[in-house]
Amino acid sequence: MSKPVQLRGEVLDVRRSGSYFVISMTAPGIPEQTRPGHFLNIGIGGEDSSMLLRRSFAIHQVQERGMYGGTLEIVVGVNGKGSQWLADRKRHDTVSVVGPLGRPFVLPKQPVACVLVGGGYGSAPLFMLAEQLRERGCRVDVVIGAATEDKLFGVLDIKRLASSLTITTDDGSLGEQGRVTDVLPEVMERHDAGVVYACGPMGMLAAVAHIAGNHRAHSQCSVEESMACGVGVCMTCVLPVVGDDGLTRMVRSCTDGPVFRGDRVRWSDVGTIPDDVVGAPQVGGH
Amino acid sequence: MTRVVFASADPNSSDIRAVEVDMSTDLGTLELPAPVLTASGCAAAGKELDQFFDITELGAIVTKSVMLKPRSGRATPRMAETPSGMLNSIGLQGPGIDQFIEHDLAWLAQRGARTIVSIAGGSVDEYAKLAQRLRNVPGVAGLEVNISCPNVENRGQVFACHAGTAAQVVQAVKRFADPKMPILAKLSPDVTDIAEIADAVVRAGATGISVMNTTLGMVIDLDSMRPALAGVTGGLSGPAIRPIAVRCVWQIRQALPHIPILGMGGIRSGEDALQFILAGANAVSIGTVIFNDPSAPLRIQEELAQALAIRGFTSVSEAVSFAHRSATAEVGVEVSEEDQDGQ
Repeated sequence: MSKPVQLRGEVLDVRRSGSYFVISMTAPGIPEQTRPGHFLNIGIGGEDSSMLLRRSFAIHQVQERGMYGGTLEIVVGVNGKGSQWLADRKRHDTVSVVGPLGRPFVLPKQPVACVLVGGGYGSAPLFMLAEQLRERGCRVDVVIGAATEDKLFGVLDIKRLASSLTITTDDGSLGEQGRVTDVLPEVMERHDAGVVYACGPMGMLAAVAHIAGNHRAHSQCSVEESMACGVGVCMTCVLPVVGDDGLTRMVRSCTDGPVFRGDRVRWSDVGTIPDDVVGAPQVGGH
Repeated sequence: MTRVVFASADPNSSDIRAVEVDMSTDLGTLELPAPVLTASGCAAAGKELDQFFDITELGAIVTKSVMLKPRSGRATPRMAETPSGMLNSIGLQGPGIDQFIEHDLAWLAQRGARTIVSIAGGSVDEYAKLAQRLRNVPGVAGLEVNISCPNVENRGQVFACHAGTAAQVVQAVKRFADPKMPILAKLSPDVTDIAEIADAVVRAGATGISVMNTTLGMVIDLDSMRPALAGVTGGLSGPAIRPIAVRCVWQIRQALPHIPILGMGGIRSGEDALQFILAGANAVSIGTVIFNDPSAPLRIQEELAQALAIRGFTSVSEAVSFAHRSATAEVGVEVSEEDQDGQ
């Protein structure tokens, strides 16, 4: 079990990658505990910031030892004032970091063929995962997709880690025109994949889990729910997930996830309280 | 006693002093070794935060409001960030009292943390049953009665908004709880006269007042052009509401000079906490800022000791209600009758 560390990380580098920013920073105590799929969160704007909520990011790369001790990298897509503030950091700036957080991807004990699917910067946590799967003797095929070429992340780097790489873009600006889920069945069949790992938007994850199910493959999906605390105390990031006992509960993405078995998440009910969830409001009740 | 070491406020002085500050306080019969608690709903049942600091160092953990039965809460989105705050509509998701006692409370007791259990109900009867269920359960130092959560459906019927219904709930809890159990009634700021509600719940048997809960707010999402929260409205919390909370503490302290007050609302630093104490709070709770800084409660407790020491206080109790002192009691200002007569 990892134990999250709260620290001030020093920014070592901020570099552009397509439409994203890759930020590397010192984070002593986090790299040695990090497994693929773990995330961290970052405080925005300093001690008196009016933006109180920490922003969560999948951990992209870690280095346990080096010139700066433990360091790590995250991939930031700017979609608001908070992420813009982060992208504007300069070398030697410090930021508040808490991590590693969440439950990481579960790795197979047998050397089965795996397909890794990333949507947009959802490919960020798949690099570490690909390395570790290969170390276990698993075949690793990767499918990444995005709306446009500039919204793909890490094409060249992941090519080196994968047995094959299939790229899709909505507009056809790179790779095949279409979505990752258009090509996924064929990639799975070609290599007789036993496990699919996915990280990206909810809609993509729902479709990936469905396809994996059709192929009798296991799926591990890392969800992106908006979180306030990231450490399990605020109860904002819940989604309906079926437990071992067959009952559906509203569970926290931050501490029970962000990685869930694809066949356990009730994808079409995300954003609702299903009638049969444990503790659902009774008709006529409050 | 907490030992505080600080440099002189005079920048030309290299004087470094160490003083002892007595951080113990009480909420009536509930004696606390320290004045900083967690706010209900912002610390779950303590376990997650114990990864970041020793929760037994705090005055107490106030647990997330628990109801009789398991409850799923509301649909997502459940929160929206707002300037210096956030809006939430969780809908009292929780495991129900039996699971809570078996797992959460048992863990807190074993951990040695003082625990105040927050209870919430949809009816007076539900509050009574909760109070009864918690009788003779080990590890309960006090009850906080959440009569002011704006998230329960049937919003027009929030107990805290009327003196009569607020008092009914407290009376029922008082009747069914352990007779010696300290009972704090947690009030909503969304009322015309908060001192009147405070007076009613004290008459109904509350040991003290927790003030305040979130205030009702709303955000419209400009992409969907619909309410940002699935629950439409939500409770606003964080530093944005701090002045409202300080005002509520002040008004209740003026109306009820001797009643214990647990103050909360947007506290982010030890100096913020000191404002509440000076306004009349005997202890304070830390809420939303935990989401920003999971170590905040203990950090703020340490900063508060410093903030007290810098101002010459040697105990929390000396500072409670200090802002209410009359002008003639001004520290260091001796006003003689002759002077007042202008002679």
